[in-house]
Amino acid sequence: MFYAVVGILFVEEARVEDSRGRPGGSAGGEPVLRACRIDKSFGAVRVLRGVDFEVRPGEVVALIGDNGAGKSTLINILTGVLRPDAGEVFFEGKRVEFDTPHEARERGIETVYQDLAVAPQLDAVSNIFLGREHRRAGVLGRLGFLDGGRMRRETEEQLGDLRVRLSSLEKPLSTLSGGQRQGVAVARAVMWASKVVIMDEPTAALGVAQVEMVLDLIRRVRDTGIPVVFISHNMPHVFEVADRISVLRLGEMVAELDPATATTDDAVAAMTGSARGNGDAA
Amino acid sequence: MAGAQSPEENRTGGIRGVLTGLGPALIFAILVGLVVVFTMLNGTAFFNPENFVNITVDASVLLLLAVGMTFVIITAGIDLSVGAVLVLSSVVAAQVMVELSGTEQQVQNYQFPTQGVGIPAGIAAGLLAGLLCGLGNGFLITRLRMPPFIVTLGTLGIALGTAQILSGGTNVPYVPTAIQSQIGERDLFGFLPVPVLITLVVVIVAWLALHRTGFGRYTYAIGSNVDAARRAGINVDRHLLKVYALSGFLSGLAGIVDLARFNTASVGAHDADNLAAISAVVIGGTSLFGGIGTIVGSVVGTFIPAVLRNGFVIQGVQAFWQQVAIGAVLILAVFIDQRRRSAEERM
Repeated sequence: MFYAVVGILFVEEARVEDSRGRPGGSAGGEPVLRACRIDKSFGAVRVLRGVDFEVRPGEVVALIGDNGAGKSTLINILTGVLRPDAGEVFFEGKRVEFDTPHEARERGIETVYQDLAVAPQLDAVSNIFLGREHRRAGVLGRLGFLDGGRMRRETEEQLGDLRVRLSSLEKPLSTLSGGQRQGVAVARAVMWASKVVIMDEPTAALGVAQVEMVLDLIRRVRDTGIPVVFISHNMPHVFEVADRISVLRLGEMVAELDPATATTDDAVAAMTGSARGNGDAA
Repeated sequence: MAGAQSPEENRTGGIRGVLTGLGPALIFAILVGLVVVFTMLNGTAFFNPENFVNITVDASVLLLLAVGMTFVIITAGIDLSVGAVLVLSSVVAAQVMVELSGTEQQVQNYQFPTQGVGIPAGIAAGLLAGLLCGLGNGFLITRLRMPPFIVTLGTLGIALGTAQILSGGTNVPYVPTAIQSQIGERDLFGFLPVPVLITLVVVIVAWLALHRTGFGRYTYAIGSNVDAARRAGINVDRHLLKVYALSGFLSGLAGIVDLARFNTASVGAHDADNLAAISAVVIGGTSLFGGIGTIVGSVVGTFIPAVLRNGFVIQGVQAFWQQVAIGAVLILAVFIDQRRRSAEERM
């Protein structure tokens, strides 16, 4: 109980500092989201072994690891898709057990999924407000009529803030470029995330210019004070945008790197378990 | 989907590109073209308000089925049971009407002393039967996780079989004639047949629901990407249950309209209604892959066969040609849809 109270105070304080604007750099403050000694097995396979992971206010923390290292499982545990076998998750200093992704979302944790969880036949406005539509006022609203004008205005505002330019707000997302679609997916997450945005391989399917746009977007989200968890295989992207790098290998958190001092080789070594990286563990 | 062609190359690629680009406009143009051709061939025998009202009355039952089917197909589902549910609903409605409108002797002499009770009760029973069939479909599809194609093929058999058991396999006789004179063949204000009015109201309400409400938005979202819909917090199962219930209810309503038009529940006349409704919806631009479709498109898709049939009859061409023509239009429509879909996925 005492811990919880102190945790909240620290988080509040940290956020105030953040909003004063500290351009990147390694972030401080009490973690917004913290996983502690997480174990998870699927049958005989131990996917996560005593994993610690934390997200601090106003930072971009990269979560890297080879295929099968347990990145997705860890994220699924943080967002309520899976439950850990052992270990605890703390959100704003308080222990939480998210039973469904919905609960995590209600607390302000949004995820941009690798496979772009958008509805390609719907337009940007519909996608951004999907499941959270504004209804019209009065009787019409109670009958289910949507307030298209208001949703459109708020979408324009949000996309403008994030400097995401779409060729059209009315056209189905399937007619937009991959980068624009990713922009919509990110804008959707940021619109509703009040605490943490998690992005699973957001640059995986994109061209060079589009990657730049998404990385810029990640920085801009961070600068609004909302921390970003950035999951990626791509070392240049990670080093370009991350304030801190956590490395998973075979279900264990093997290293924490500072991109200012570490090199790509260090990161790859930690991911693959070759000799050099292991010593760099924080 | 890293294709070799860019979308631009794809769109400008000859006849395929042209067809893909036109889509719904092409289908509407076909309808207008048919009207023009039949008018040129038959003059005012075809092109007069009375004939257009006839066409609309003939199309009304199918249009009700097509409206429900539009919602179902936009969710990437299918409802093969609509024709059978129509028959079951009209048999149930007819039998309740006969039962409650007078004694056995009275109705056999075409006297219906208590039809003021019998007819409304019959209508309610028919609508309820349709609604229950739709809920059954939705329940099996969402709770037992079975494919809509198989579930509705099964309920097709169950509904049609039940209707035949109830009616002994023949049309239900001694239905109060008031349902035909007061509903089926009644013209409001001297020009608006009641079946057309009913269908018009359903079309308008369905248009509003699909294009202006959260219900419609979720219908598209589920068909477009069911995982995205689920992650967005939409209760997919509950929504699908509603969509199939809607299709069942509209099939029931179609059964009532059919009963009112012909004054009997015809058991054998609707075997191909399900396929006719699916064709109409698909011709109207609704995608069998889900996520795309409009009510207006389905209206146009229903009127193309109706105009063809009417025009051929006036022209004196064997009406069977209508089936040939519809088959061709259907293939064209699905071709357009597939091109559109593969162009979209080529990103």
